[in-house]
Amino acid sequence: MKICGPKLSLCGLIISVWGIVQLVLMGLFFYINSVALIEDLPLEEKYNSLEEFYAAANRAYNQNAYNCWIAACIYVLTLLLSAQQFYMNSRVTAN
Amino acid sequence: MGDMFRSEKMALCQLFIQPEAAYASIAELGESGCVQFRDLNDEVSAFQRKYVTEVRRCDDMERRLRYVESEMKKDEVDVPVLKAEEEPSAPNPREAVDLEAQLEKTDNELREMSANGASLAANFRHMQELKSVLVNTEGFFSDQEVINLDSNRRLDPEDPAQAPGAAQRGQLAFVAGVIKLERFFSFERMLWRISRGNIFLRRADIDGLVEDEETGRPVLKTVFVAFFQGEQLKQRIKKVCTGYHAAVYPCPSAHAERLEMIKDVNVRLEDLKLVLSQSADHRSRVLNSASKHLPRWSIMVRKMKAIYHILNFFNPDVTGKCLIGEGWVPTNDIATVQEALARASKVSESSIPAFMNVIETNEMPPTYTRTNKFTNGFQNLVDSYGMASYREVNPALYACITFPFLFAVMFGDLGHGLILLLFASWLIIKEKQLASIKEEIFNIFFGGRYIILLMGIFSIYTGFIYNDVFSKSMNIFGSAWHMNYTRDTVEDASLKYITLRPNDTVYKTYPFGMDPIWQLADNKIIFLNTFKMKLSIIVGVVHMIFGVTMSVVNFAYYKKYASIFLEFLPQVLFLMLLFGYMVFMMFFKWVTYNDTVEGPLSPACAPSILILFINMILQGSQDTPEPCKEFMFEGQKSIQQVFVVIAIICIPWMLLGKPLYILLKRKISGAPPPKPQGGGGEGHGDDDAMGEIFIHQAIHTIEYVLSTVSHTASYLRLWALWHATQLSEVLWNMVFSMGFKYDSYIGGALIYVFFGAWALLTVGILVLIEGLSAFLHTLRLHWVEFMSKFYEGAGYAFEPFAFKTILDVSEDD
Repeated sequence: MKICGPKLSLCGLIISVWGIVQLVLMGLFFYINSVALIEDLPLEEKYNSLEEFYAAANRAYNQNAYNCWIAACIYVLTLLLSAQQFYMNSRVTAN
Repeated sequence: MGDMFRSEKMALCQLFIQPEAAYASIAELGESGCVQFRDLNDEVSAFQRKYVTEVRRCDDMERRLRYVESEMKKDEVDVPVLKAEEEPSAPNPREAVDLEAQLEKTDNELREMSANGASLAANFRHMQELKSVLVNTEGFFSDQEVINLDSNRRLDPEDPAQAPGAAQRGQLAFVAGVIKLERFFSFERMLWRISRGNIFLRRADIDGLVEDEETGRPVLKTVFVAFFQGEQLKQRIKKVCTGYHAAVYPCPSAHAERLEMIKDVNVRLEDLKLVLSQSADHRSRVLNSASKHLPRWSIMVRKMKAIYHILNFFNPDVTGKCLIGEGWVPTNDIATVQEALARASKVSESSIPAFMNVIETNEMPPTYTRTNKFTNGFQNLVDSYGMASYREVNPALYACITFPFLFAVMFGDLGHGLILLLFASWLIIKEKQLASIKEEIFNIFFGGRYIILLMGIFSIYTGFIYNDVFSKSMNIFGSAWHMNYTRDTVEDASLKYITLRPNDTVYKTYPFGMDPIWQLADNKIIFLNTFKMKLSIIVGVVHMIFGVTMSVVNFAYYKKYASIFLEFLPQVLFLMLLFGYMVFMMFFKWVTYNDTVEGPLSPACAPSILILFINMILQGSQDTPEPCKEFMFEGQKSIQQVFVVIAIICIPWMLLGKPLYILLKRKISGAPPPKPQGGGGEGHGDDDAMGEIFIHQAIHTIEYVLSTVSHTASYLRLWALWHATQLSEVLWNMVFSMGFKYDSYIGGALIYVFFGAWALLTVGILVLIEGLSAFLHTLRLHWVEFMSKFYEGAGYAFEPFAFKTILDVSEDD
């Protein structure tokens, strides 16, 4: 079954590969609590104690790590779909 | 391989070729492609040249080829693409005659066939129309008989006096034919008018579309039958029919006759179909067999035409026993040319070998720089500014590194550099397959694939130095800063920020590039701005000094030793003493002031370099609070004054030095004053009038002095454009970051969406648009700021006679 054309499927292919690589890595960075990503976390302006802040930050880090990996998994699906579409398109042009 | 430092040495060569061997010689030279022939018959019109009949023959063959090709296109016959190794050489005269005969045969055959085919097709169409007329009129005639009866009956009893007329009237005649549906309605009206309503018109549309005989496009047609009385009306109707391009067909009124005719027409239609399909078969056979040879033929014809075109440049000797030609040859290729000539005279079995000799000339030879696929892109960038003068220093050699470097200073981001690198690698790895794509925009990128590759690599390098990956920093070696604050300070609610001072929080130097802690710092932009502005000026001044120094190489090569002292020396002094000194102050300030000491060398006392520099030029001064000092070291003020004075002396030195030197030289040699208009083609050479030399030098000096200021400022674009790439941070925070703000697993889906958007925007805006703008600014920095210091660019390109370029060009058309 053909849904998208050769260009769109190629675009999906490239973005999926890129997405898988980058999101897996970013998930890893969130998981090891990378400081560079702290600005992206949903944190409050003010916490009452350091422990509270740490707890909130750790929770946000872990949540985002899992979310990144989930997104990477969705990109795996996109990759499979795009690859299948790409294959169909290349077969059509070959015929 | 190629010598990139300057263009190749050229020699003007004279070729003496036997007329028998001339064709073969030029063919060999065209294959080797290293001679640029000069037209020795400039004054002779194109029609009076020696080989004009041959060129005409080639033209004729080309015309035939074009016809065959267009016929192939009409029938959608594929023409095989010729591989490079199968390319035929130029045909020798005997082959040429064969080729001509073959072409003529194919051409005539095709023309005859298409003429026959057209008449057959017209015949076929007419038959079909006749058939539909016959079939469709069936219904009309049964009506007609009724009408006929009716009119007779009514007329007879009412007015017997008109009996003879009635009898005549009763003989209804008719015209049947086919007309385009769109014309039918106006046709109907016209018939009504000319007959005052005495014509009875019926129509029946033909099913489906019919091919139009003029345009070949499918149109709707209709069959009509017009009933009328009288011969005069018949003539009028016929005229209207021709006026409306309606085809009139004979149609018997009796039913049986019609049936008979339909049968007859059907038989003829079958016959015609057979003939048509057979002739189509024959045509496709002819076209197919021609298509196998067509690429070879067209290459052979083009080569032949090119050879005769070049032979027309040759000068026949008075005795007619040899042809004399002139052309530029790179001295490295003279041996190749001689070999080619020897091969040619062997092939054509001529008794006397062709020979060539080098002649002396004062003309400026063409500029030829041998490039390979790597350097070609950079050479093109330089050449599009202006073709280098003969044997001038070639800036493309340095551009190979400085171009990607300056680009990367602006573009510096590891992630974006990686995208560029991957794109360029794809272009390079798939080089062979992609070379055949002829799309214009793609070809621009493809031609610069090695430039893009280097730009990518350098961007990754500067990305490491700026510590930027899609605007995020990497903490590879561990930040060199550490916290000296206790927990109480950090938990203190009244403190909004904490300050890290270098004197007690830096314990080492970050080994490579920017310390990642700056990403979290509040004054990141303030710090990076001053840092990168200084970096831009330093890079710029070094680049410009390098450019000015390159002019020495030119002066030495052209043996203008005086210019080294009268032009280069004041120029470089001016630049070094003002802007070189400014760079020195930047380094001095960086080394001298630090946070570990108190007093005049503490960071708070560090003077602004810009203000120091302005004060130096304008001789101003500035009040500074204790314990700071206005100057960074003892005696700075007097040194600055000396520098400014020397720099100012440099201006009249540049302005008057060279003209006075020329004046002096002329006095000593006692040469007569040259003619005012004596331009020897060497630009502003030494033989111009004195006034012109002064004016030229004045313009040159003013331009240089002003440009040092404006060009130095111009290098600030390195910093400004880098600032534009900071857009990636905005993009990350505004788009990608939105996916991370969710406290549940929904965030996963949102990250999926936002990553896609972010990735597309990154490629589209940051890499493509920012990349292009950085590219253009880099190009400008090279063309204007760097090359204007030494590059003349007044040469003309070496365009050798080579079949390769001729075939490439004609393929593009």
